[in-house]
Amino acid sequence: MHLLGLYNYWVVIFLQMLGFYTLIARGNLVKKLVGLTIFQTSVFILFISMGKVSGGTAPIIAPGFHVYSNPLPSVLILTAIVVGIATVALGLALVVRIKEAYGTVEEDELYGRDERD
Amino acid sequence: MLMVQLPALQIVLPLMGAPVCALLRRSSLSWLTAFAVSAVSVAIAGLLLAEVWTAGPISYAMGGWAAPWGIGYRVDALNAGLLLLVSALATVVVAFARDSIDRELNGDRLHLFYAMFLLCLTGLMGITITADAFNLFVFLEISSLATYTLISLGRDRRALTASYQYLVMGSLGATFILIGIGLLYMMTGTLNMADLAARLPGLEGTRTIKVAFAFFTVGVSLKLALFPLHGWLPDAYAYAPSPVSAFIAATATKVAIYVLLRFFFSIFGAAFSYRIMPLGAVLLLLSLLAMFVASFVAIFQTNVKRLLAYSSVAQIGYIILGLSLGTVAGVTAGIIHILNHALIKGALFLALGSVFYRLGSVRLEAMEGLAKRMPWTMAAFVLGGLSLIGVPLTTGFVSKWYLVSAVIQRGWWPVAVLILLSSLLALVYVWRVVEVAYFGEPGEHLSTVGEAPVSLLVPTWLLVGANIYFGSHATWTWELAHRAALSLFGGGP
Repeated sequence: MHLLGLYNYWVVIFLQMLGFYTLIARGNLVKKLVGLTIFQTSVFILFISMGKVSGGTAPIIAPGFHVYSNPLPSVLILTAIVVGIATVALGLALVVRIKEAYGTVEEDELYGRDERD
Repeated sequence: MLMVQLPALQIVLPLMGAPVCALLRRSSLSWLTAFAVSAVSVAIAGLLLAEVWTAGPISYAMGGWAAPWGIGYRVDALNAGLLLLVSALATVVVAFARDSIDRELNGDRLHLFYAMFLLCLTGLMGITITADAFNLFVFLEISSLATYTLISLGRDRRALTASYQYLVMGSLGATFILIGIGLLYMMTGTLNMADLAARLPGLEGTRTIKVAFAFFTVGVSLKLALFPLHGWLPDAYAYAPSPVSAFIAATATKVAIYVLLRFFFSIFGAAFSYRIMPLGAVLLLLSLLAMFVASFVAIFQTNVKRLLAYSSVAQIGYIILGLSLGTVAGVTAGIIHILNHALIKGALFLALGSVFYRLGSVRLEAMEGLAKRMPWTMAAFVLGGLSLIGVPLTTGFVSKWYLVSAVIQRGWWPVAVLILLSSLLALVYVWRVVEVAYFGEPGEHLSTVGEAPVSLLVPTWLLVGANIYFGSHATWTWELAHRAALSLFGGGP
């Protein structure tokens, strides 16, 4: 039961490894960025999970409710999502420029071309 | 009244300067903005350091919100010194960039270059000054994103792949840091560094804190290019525009090392980092490998910028070796080398920037006999190189002196011998450049090449002069580093 009760953390670890593996194993620069995004998203879920208080509601003061979830991790993650978007946007912009300069976005082909320069 | 707001101005000024540069669109006006902002930043950092020196650490509550709710800034001897270093190098590099960047960038993008440069400066100083762990992550990403963009501006198309590689590795490192900070928050319920330090002692045995420590260490090590996580660094330094190489080589990795110092000592505490976690042994091994492997690889480089990049990896090894000792003397030596290495690499990369300005290349074969055509530039390179090797009367010697005496004080004689041996490797790779430039015959392509313009020589020689000055007047550096180290160990102000 204990293991199942922590299922959100299992999801986090699964996504983390999935993203990390994609980042390392894939040679396509766009797919690498997808892996990076999944990796970052897993951390967002980690933060949001830790803000949950059992039995707590959304942190809005209302009569009849005394237990609230911690809003701070969610707020932090809003910032981290913005950072993540900026990173991926910049990464994709670089991929576009690399495609223009080399005519490919496959890592092994890029490597081969630079050796000849 | 203004004096009280100095810590905020230190960050707000460059942050506001960046959009101004982007909006001005005229390269001369945006250069003036960037230069003025950097110069004022130096003045602010100088005032902060003077105040810390006499009155002790400064705490500042952003927007008047006290620490647990608001984001605090805190300035002590360590980060005041680093703020001064980063802003001073930014000013010198901006002065250098005015004439040199024309040759490396398309004219219609210059205002954006200065905007990115100021954002990078904002991020680096923000990391240094903040007292909030999450705020540190945000500033880290600001500086990193600006750095990726700056690197990708290089003319060589390999700058794009170098920037992409750095982006992937850097984001991975930053996410590791975020996981570490998240786990710390999970256990302590705070992000304020002082509160973290106060609440951690009771939790040291828990696995969560150990995992947080591990994630954090690996993440920051990626950012500071600790061997073997330095893969992104050589290409990034080699293909970035020259002023960018000079600036990031001198400051970015140093600020990452500061983050390491702040978390290891001020937050986790030396006792946890060195006794419960095997930090000392791990850092010692990696730093020794960095010193030898990276120096050895540097010897075989034909692109001089890449040669210096590998040398940077080796020099980061010396700094980390100082930290691995876990003693006040060791950390003092590490901090001294942070300051000195920034001056050394700044001077060397600016000298190479002048070479690139005239030749359009920094490959060894293109520099054959160059000293006859550009005597002042190559003399600056030689003096910087001597400092890198650690010849007396240069800053490099001061660094090595304190590092070796710290190592001997700890009783690690073999390590002291290894430091001296690895310095010989530095002699070899510096000599390769000197040999080609001074003893080669100038080729046909050099017949029209003259000395670099004065506007490039002045910033370069300013840094070379700083190398000589702080090499012969080391007490000031030592005093600053010693105070910083004492406060990290909780013994001083």
